[in-house]
Amino acid sequence: MRIGIVCPYMWDVPGGVQVHIRDLAEALMDDGHQVQVIAPAGDDAALPPYVTSVGRAVPVPFNGSVARLSFGFLSAGRVRRWLREGRFDVLHVHEPFIPSVGLLACWVARGPIVATFHASYGRSRAFSVASPVITSVLEKITARIAVSDAARKTLVEFIGGDAVLIPNGVTVGRYSHAEPLPGWDDGEVIGFLGRMDEPRKGLPVLLEAFSLLAAEWPRLRLLVAGPGDAGEVLGRVPARFHDRIGLLGMVSEEDKVRAYHSVDVFCAPNLGGESFGIVLTEAMSAGAAILASDIPAFRKVLGDGEAGALFATGDAASLAREAAALLDDPGRRAGLSEEARRAVRKYDWSTVARDVLRVYETVAIPAGVEEDEES
Amino acid sequence: MSTTLIAVVGAVVVLVAVYVSWRAGRLDRLHIRLELARESLDAALVRRTAVCLELAASRVLDPATSLVLAAAAHEARTAGTEEREHAESDLSRTLRAVVDQDRFRDRLSADPAGRELLAELDTAVAKVVYSRRFYNNAVGVTRVAQRRWLARTLRLAGHTEYPGFFEIDDDPPKVLAAG
Repeated sequence: MRIGIVCPYMWDVPGGVQVHIRDLAEALMDDGHQVQVIAPAGDDAALPPYVTSVGRAVPVPFNGSVARLSFGFLSAGRVRRWLREGRFDVLHVHEPFIPSVGLLACWVARGPIVATFHASYGRSRAFSVASPVITSVLEKITARIAVSDAARKTLVEFIGGDAVLIPNGVTVGRYSHAEPLPGWDDGEVIGFLGRMDEPRKGLPVLLEAFSLLAAEWPRLRLLVAGPGDAGEVLGRVPARFHDRIGLLGMVSEEDKVRAYHSVDVFCAPNLGGESFGIVLTEAMSAGAAILASDIPAFRKVLGDGEAGALFATGDAASLAREAAALLDDPGRRAGLSEEARRAVRKYDWSTVARDVLRVYETVAIPAGVEEDEES
Repeated sequence: MSTTLIAVVGAVVVLVAVYVSWRAGRLDRLHIRLELARESLDAALVRRTAVCLELAASRVLDPATSLVLAAAAHEARTAGTEEREHAESDLSRTLRAVVDQDRFRDRLSADPAGRELLAELDTAVAKVVYSRRFYNNAVGVTRVAQRRWLARTLRLAGHTEYPGFFEIDDDPPKVLAAG
């Protein structure tokens, strides 16, 4: 199949949607399909051969913050040319609610158009003013995919109708092997990954549990990777344990993978809200022994505790108890690790991309994607 | 002697009364001028928002530009007093991002409806700049008058509140500024 994918955000700026599109495109290509991506990008950005730049995105206030978006006649013209040259069977736009290349592609194209919705909004004032122009463009979308229940709900509220749910995938192979971080290769390490200052990620619960554990386990250390205020984190733990906490701050993709391989127990203490635990599936791909809070999304991903231990959400004592049990039992950790590696395969991009491909096949027509003369 | 004293005291009282009433009258005129300036600023902002919304709905733009513009105009229109300066500044920034695109003016001018809207936008943007300058001048003069010792002591301003400047980014788009 010839597939054209449209990315609304700057390709050379890190972001969830960009990563999603890169992984999807590469999984589809591995499966033998021809994939082209168009995205805004900086003038000197190094782009993979399958990505075409639509030019630089312009910073503009949108929905309460400043976003870098690509709009206007010139961008539309470039999308049109890309579409003409690509002769795609299916056009796959991402985030068509965002006034950027995705919306433009819907405008200039006609034929099988698949749209994936990533974000969820409590409210979108921007969309509540949507003029008939935008509605008519969005009506051209033949199939809709939502990456989470929250995104799907947003969609239902704004334009009505439904979407199929296909969650983000994880490229298991990218996480499966790595050397531990220097200084973190010997024993008894609990790890955490995520924003330190976002209460819902639950780091305070883990810090409280660590304070309980640290007295009994003199060699136990805590590895925290993610942005946030270090002082606030250390303030929650007695000073005598401070030298046993490693705060890495924001880490590179590579160091993130190494962090997963540096821990004996990977802890996801989230208090809720995580509709799909991307961090959890990454840790599973790395084969970490996981200890996660008992929220429904995690319980599901971890197969009711088969692929990772669970503790009572928000309960530091329960976390400490379960963590101690895992630290005491290398055999159980190895079992969880093995089961995690097996269970995560159904979240691998190769599997997820196959689902996306089924959507393409459902809407594809012999004429393929054409240019819309009315635009 | 007592008649002279009475005459002098009387003259002083009359002079003071005349002076106070003149100051009060002046303050009153300043308040009226300020009120008119406020109304004209409000009208200019509302008009700019209306032109933006019309442009966004006009089908002469691509839908992404439409949405960016409509969203910013909607924010400006619905902003409360507290957020208004912020929302109007955002609208100015959005307008610059939209109108400063390469060949934007040429593309729009190719269409009669577009040409008309562009001229209207040109006027609306300029009027925001003017009316805001006039309003802030009026605020400045009124504030000085209200702060005077006499005005404060005798409460000449009555219940009128101490006026605030309207501070926004209202730099016009380049092509409009040049055109």
